[in-house]
Amino acid sequence: MNIFDIMGPVMVGPSSSHTAGAARIGLTARRLLGSQPVKADILLHGSFAATGAGHGTDRAIVAGLLGMRPDDAALPRALRIAEQEGMAVTIRAGQMRDAHPNTALLTLTDGGGRTLSVSASSLGGGRIRVNAIDGMEASFSGEYPTLIIRNEDRPGILSEITRVLYEHNANIATVQLYRDRRGGLAVTVIECDAPLPERPRAELAALDGVVRCTYLDMGED
Amino acid sequence: MSFVSVSALLAAAEREPLWQAVLDDDCRDRGVERSESLERMEALWRAMVRSAKEYDAARRSASGLSGGQGAKMAAAQSIGGPFLRDVIATALMVGEQNACMGRIVAAPTAGASGVMPAVLLPLRERDGLADETMVQCLYVAAGFGQIIAARASISGAEGGCQAEIGAASAMAAAALVHARGGTPQAMAAACAMALQNVMGLVCDPVAGLVEEPCVKRNVMGAVNALACADMALAGVASAIGCDEVIDAAAAVGRLMPASLRETGEGGLAATATARRIAESLGGERPGPAEG
Repeated sequence: MNIFDIMGPVMVGPSSSHTAGAARIGLTARRLLGSQPVKADILLHGSFAATGAGHGTDRAIVAGLLGMRPDDAALPRALRIAEQEGMAVTIRAGQMRDAHPNTALLTLTDGGGRTLSVSASSLGGGRIRVNAIDGMEASFSGEYPTLIIRNEDRPGILSEITRVLYEHNANIATVQLYRDRRGGLAVTVIECDAPLPERPRAELAALDGVVRCTYLDMGED
Repeated sequence: MSFVSVSALLAAAEREPLWQAVLDDDCRDRGVERSESLERMEALWRAMVRSAKEYDAARRSASGLSGGQGAKMAAAQSIGGPFLRDVIATALMVGEQNACMGRIVAAPTAGASGVMPAVLLPLRERDGLADETMVQCLYVAAGFGQIIAARASISGAEGGCQAEIGAASAMAAAALVHARGGTPQAMAAACAMALQNVMGLVCDPVAGLVEEPCVKRNVMGAVNALACADMALAGVASAIGCDEVIDAAAAVGRLMPASLRETGEGGLAATATARRIAESLGGERPGPAEG
């Protein structure tokens, strides 16, 4: 924790976990989708479901999906704004197995019909963790510039990915690898120390065996 | 973060002002320039001022439990005079602002966001202190808060209300000593006394919401901070050192049953009235809700 985890963030109340963290989950999911969703199905689990309404958890997640940060004064009006902007929102309570008490599962559809599901938890103090993307396990906070690469599960692919990063002098903070089954699809999550320019991102996306390369930089507007 | 103890922070404060030791440590920790750290803290100070200024007496929380009380206090008289009235009113206003989905600065949490502005804003107003001094106060508060977070907790779900309002009160007490030109030792004493005064305070939000008694506990945190800063400045010492007080609070937090740690099941939340309120809110069932 640094001193700005103690002092701050500036946020719309009432709860850093149920409001600020929820807004951050929405904003992270929007960035992962790459555009404003036209349809959003939001499943709230645990304490998010139990006390979410009183904490504005629903509005906060939708605000994030609209591109608002946790300190946006328009956050309480997010449901109305979503309606005006033609975002079809459904919110329901549900049970998720072995999930952190403050977890939401967001199923989003963009204007081109592409869907993305993101499961994320609010850990307290406004900090969050993404648990899964499209049902595949992952674990990252969004506090670092992050690459989420969907690739074939075959030998050598990780070294090709890290070679591209090395060639562009990008320092890796953490690496995680997940797969659904042997020889199937894998998710490689790489957190970098500094923002990653367009070129290495394009090179990674063009690598043989890489299905999709998503880049998340929460500092980038 | 290099300061895991108040004694280490005090040692660093022998070479430079304590607030500056916290600033320099932040620069090393995050690899940023002084100007970048200062700008960020200045923005937090401006947001803190705004959190009180944006208060709308007509606004009510979604549950209907919060709103309008700060305005009542601001229009009333305090036994302790106009300064104390302003402290109490500001704590209520920012606490309500938070409950009503207004913008606040979590310090260290949203539920305790009223404590720091409640003591700093009226003091600046009355004594005409420079914004620069107030930003220094925030560094002092953050420095002590960081040690409380590292050695104990700043989460009600982990340590009860002593971890939220208690931490905020201890941070505010140290900051007030800085504002009044006190020594680092007096800051540590104020922090220690503020935390020991609320040792064991439980987190028992009615219906699991950050409203009742949370808003009013901000008042207690602010007034406690004032009293402890005054004592420390007068030379009143804490028999138990600050690090030991923090460790004791951590131990008490671990001993606390889950029902008294933000689950909305014990304390005030377990009263018949609180249960009726929870029921009347329909979908709102008691459950953990970190401030």
